[in-house]
Amino acid sequence: MKGLSFDLAHLLAGGLVLVSFMLLYQNRLYSLLNVFALQAVVLALSVAWQAYVQGAPHLYVTAAIAIVFKAMVIPIALHRIIARLGIHREVEIVGSLGPTMIAGMGLVALSMVVMLRVTADADPLAREDLAFALSVVMLGLLMMVTRRNAVSQVVGFMSLENGLILAATGAKGMPLVVEISVAFSVLVAFIVIGVFLFRIRERFDTVDVQALDQFQGGRR
Amino acid sequence: MPIALFLACDASLLVLAVCAVVLHRRPVATTLIYGVALALCLAQLAGALIHLVADAAPGVIVLPIGLPWVGANFRLDALSAFFLGVINLGAAAASLYGLGAGRREPEPQRVLPFFPAFLAGMNLVLLADDAFTFLASWEFMSLASWALVMAHHRERDNARAGYVYIVMASVGTMALLLAFGLLAGPAGGYAFAAIRASGVAPGLAALVLGLALIGAGSKAGLAPLHIWLPLAHPAAPSHVSALMSGVMTKVAVYGFIRIVFDLLGPAAWWWGVPVMVLGAATAVLGVLHALMQTDLKRVLAYSTIENVGLIFAGLGLALAFKANGFVAAAALAATAALFHALNHAIFKSLLFFGAGAVLTSTGERGMERLGGLLNRMPATGLFVLVGCAAISALPPLNGFASDWLLLQSILLSPQLPQWALKILAPAIGAMLALAAALAAACFVRFFGIAFLGRPRSPAAEAAREVDPTIIAVMGALASLCLLAGILPAFVIDALAPVVRGLTGAQMPWQGGIAWLSIAPIAESRSSYNGLLVFLFITASASLAAFAIHRIASNKLRRAPAWDCGYPDANPATQYTAESFGQPIRRVFGAFAFRAHERVDMPAPGEMRPAHLSVAMHDLVWEFLYLPVIRAVEFLAQRLNYLQFLTIRQYLSVVFGALVSLLLVLASWP
Amino acid sequence: MALIGALSVEISQMLLVLLLAPLLTGFVRKAKARLLRRQGPPLLQPYRDLIRLARKEAVVAHSASWLFRFVPYLVFAATWVAAALVPTFATGLLFSWSADLIAIIALLGSARFFLALAGMDVGTSFGGIGSSREAMFATLAEPAMIMIVFTLALVAGSTQLSTMAGFMTSPAVGLRVSLGMALIALVIVALAENGRIPVDNPATHLELTMVHEAMVLEYSGRHLALIELASWLKLLLYVSLISCVFAPWGIAHEGKGLTAHAIGVLAYFGKLAVAGLLLALFETTIAKMRVFRVPDFVGVALMLGFLAVLLRFVSGSL
Repeated sequence: MKGLSFDLAHLLAGGLVLVSFMLLYQNRLYSLLNVFALQAVVLALSVAWQAYVQGAPHLYVTAAIAIVFKAMVIPIALHRIIARLGIHREVEIVGSLGPTMIAGMGLVALSMVVMLRVTADADPLAREDLAFALSVVMLGLLMMVTRRNAVSQVVGFMSLENGLILAATGAKGMPLVVEISVAFSVLVAFIVIGVFLFRIRERFDTVDVQALDQFQGGRR
Repeated sequence: MPIALFLACDASLLVLAVCAVVLHRRPVATTLIYGVALALCLAQLAGALIHLVADAAPGVIVLPIGLPWVGANFRLDALSAFFLGVINLGAAAASLYGLGAGRREPEPQRVLPFFPAFLAGMNLVLLADDAFTFLASWEFMSLASWALVMAHHRERDNARAGYVYIVMASVGTMALLLAFGLLAGPAGGYAFAAIRASGVAPGLAALVLGLALIGAGSKAGLAPLHIWLPLAHPAAPSHVSALMSGVMTKVAVYGFIRIVFDLLGPAAWWWGVPVMVLGAATAVLGVLHALMQTDLKRVLAYSTIENVGLIFAGLGLALAFKANGFVAAAALAATAALFHALNHAIFKSLLFFGAGAVLTSTGERGMERLGGLLNRMPATGLFVLVGCAAISALPPLNGFASDWLLLQSILLSPQLPQWALKILAPAIGAMLALAAALAAACFVRFFGIAFLGRPRSPAAEAAREVDPTIIAVMGALASLCLLAGILPAFVIDALAPVVRGLTGAQMPWQGGIAWLSIAPIAESRSSYNGLLVFLFITASASLAAFAIHRIASNKLRRAPAWDCGYPDANPATQYTAESFGQPIRRVFGAFAFRAHERVDMPAPGEMRPAHLSVAMHDLVWEFLYLPVIRAVEFLAQRLNYLQFLTIRQYLSVVFGALVSLLLVLASWP
Repeated sequence: MALIGALSVEISQMLLVLLLAPLLTGFVRKAKARLLRRQGPPLLQPYRDLIRLARKEAVVAHSASWLFRFVPYLVFAATWVAAALVPTFATGLLFSWSADLIAIIALLGSARFFLALAGMDVGTSFGGIGSSREAMFATLAEPAMIMIVFTLALVAGSTQLSTMAGFMTSPAVGLRVSLGMALIALVIVALAENGRIPVDNPATHLELTMVHEAMVLEYSGRHLALIELASWLKLLLYVSLISCVFAPWGIAHEGKGLTAHAIGVLAYFGKLAVAGLLLALFETTIAKMRVFRVPDFVGVALMLGFLAVLLRFVSGSL
């Protein structure tokens, strides 16, 4: 049973990394939201399995929060924002697909090397989960860097937070109060960003962040 | 065969070169020179094989020529014997080709003297046992091949090719000079025996590794020093191109192995990293460029770069394994690299001879003017097809056997402890697999456009089969490809003494395995039997043919091509070399060449034609060489000022130099 | 005695794959038709097609060379030899040690090499389209397949398929991340190599969408029969490969008795049926991709394969 629990945990964590890769190559906004919802579901499954294996019932609450907020509330809200903004056109990726994927693989390799060296004498399951979690964080950052649309940068930021949650559960869990406060702060940040998106769109008629650079003061 | 006989053969080759000068334009010169060269090369090939198979002790000889306190040291050990075998095999084939094609050479006096000199130079490099002899023979080899590249110097491209070649060869020789200087140390012990006896400090050893990579790597065609190869190899006459691609690059590989594996002593763990990375990058870069060329010989030159990259990747793996003490794995990687060197010499010579035959028969080298040659030159086409299949690593031919061994050695690399090697090895494996797949596509294109389809020009339509001597040479090389592929166990066992000298271990004895299979680690782990695969395929094909012809019909009717009901008589409607490479250019081009397509469409109503242009950049040339060239030109422009000084200014320059030297002398502690 | 057993297993496998390949294709076609609410062709129609084609006169273009007539036999032979070496109902094949998984992939590669040459032989633009596109897909699918082979070899400790199948049935194998990634990559590569939707449409009549069909456009009669049989054998080979490595339950091990082998045969039929249904379902629900989207698709397989190998290198338990 011990071997199977290891393998299932690894499988779910690896699945999370895979879904993060899938996020990188989506170029339509609606499918991006669907894949993000899938990432939240896989995260919830992984956290729930950790709750079962470690015997930590408060992690079930974390999984429930992930499912309700990240897999349902936030995608639906973003859906509505996109519909109101009227920007369900193609998302442009900076740089072509091939080099982005190669960069993603390089980041995964780097994360694995760093994590497995730094935590040389820890529990093997925790080490490898931490390595996967760092990979998800790095891939979220890569996504933010290679996108031009503000909405997809928000999704990248959210997937980064998913990686942090995976790391927290792998390291034998955070106290519940920390988890709830982190989740609420992300939600507040998200609401603020949503409000700003509308204000930006009113002022500049676009949410393309590269276009916003032109209005930077002091540059001529 | 004692080493003295090898030296006698090489001396005879030098005498032959002088004879060629003396005989000048006599018609008997061609037959005599190539015939005697053939005999001498066959003799050396036989001697090398005997030395290798008998696992004889190394032979040493010291001649009293050259530097007075060093002499000229020559040594014949297993490594030299193996490479002597490879070199003389290629040289014998080229001499036989020369016998057949040499009569049609327009300016034989520009080729004949330098051909035996080139062969002598290459053989002497392999036998040299001290730095002076090594470098002298290396330079002699470079100069002789340069003269051969300039043989048809009236064509403008060839002049530029020769210029780039001589500059790069000089850079390489200087790097090797510095390397040997560092190895010899302040004591000045230039003999290899002295270098082996004294050690080298680790920092200096790293520097020597870098210099060896530059020196030997540039001659072999390792990126980014490969720029001269696609210019120079196609410029020479066809049998010389085969020698330069198939054989001279192996001499460079020998130089690298001799310096890094033999003279440098114990390796550090990270030495394998630059070798592997450069090798894999060279392989992918070479084959991507090959897919974009339309000149037959240029495709083959870039393909040589790819194969050299594969060899260096294998050598890098062997270095990494050896440094960590995994000698069995190192033996496997080294065997794979050396086997690939032999295979490449065989099939690259075969392919260059085929290109030469096409050039002789049609006068065309560009693929966009060829086509339909298989019907008109059936024997050439068949043997070139075997060469293309071998270089694409298809079982049961020899290319697959060495490729298989290389992939098996990558599978052994998880045991390497260093993290950099752990991450790098799968990346190298992926790049090697990518290079192999691209090579197969490249040679489908090479054979399909040039030999298949319909002729694209009157010259191709009027092609006739070439001289029977040339066909015989190609047939011999094609059968060698097949033999080495179905009987790889013998090659691996013959390589055992060489690999033992390099890594300290050898692959398990393959001769004892049932049915002549090869098993690199243990029979239970993985094995491959080329002979059985070959027999199975032949048996199945014959069975299918027999069954179909007996049970079903065997009627055949010739008719115009179906072409979906819209046949076009104009052969320009079939695919060209560039159109075949277009999908691959779309996938890899933006990354590898900054390829950019531009379509210039006329507006509706305009009568002018539309234009499609493709812009591709050679990134290595633009980012590495052009800045250096511009810096050198800038410096030369500035220094040119020194040509036009007055007498008073010259005197003051001399005066200033004298004063500064006296100052240095005064302040010397 | 063991030798006789292994030999009989080998020979019966050779005949079995040859007989079952048209049946698998007929089953997939029937299942697709039924899913589209059509009656569909009879299950045994492919056999009838083969017999009909074999009896017809072969029409060869004027510009075709001897290679054109020779390639169908070579392609069929290479594919049959490869299919005969992949364990289907038993692992105790007599000649399994003569070609490991890398050699099997290379045999399929040589079949593709010669088929691409045959496509260019007649000198029409359709042949060029097929060959160039096939070459492009192969430059990504083959490295992906090699990466998958590496992953499986690093898990099972050998590149021999019999050893791999034996290892996969033992309790030592767990639910590894690399194996999951390798499975997804292998399915993508199988779709690309067999020319199924979304890579190529096996039933298309439009030249713009052709890859495999464009290469064999000029073939007729017995030559076409052999090439069609070879492509059906290739599909069977990939299904057998996936089932022997990732669904090895029921496979008879070396030296087991007749009942074990009979169970193996029944299990194999079941696996073929399941695979055929899944393929038909998949092809009916997905549309064919644009040609230049296919490299992205196969590139995903290459990336997954590389990631799986990387994970195996970095940690023994992943």
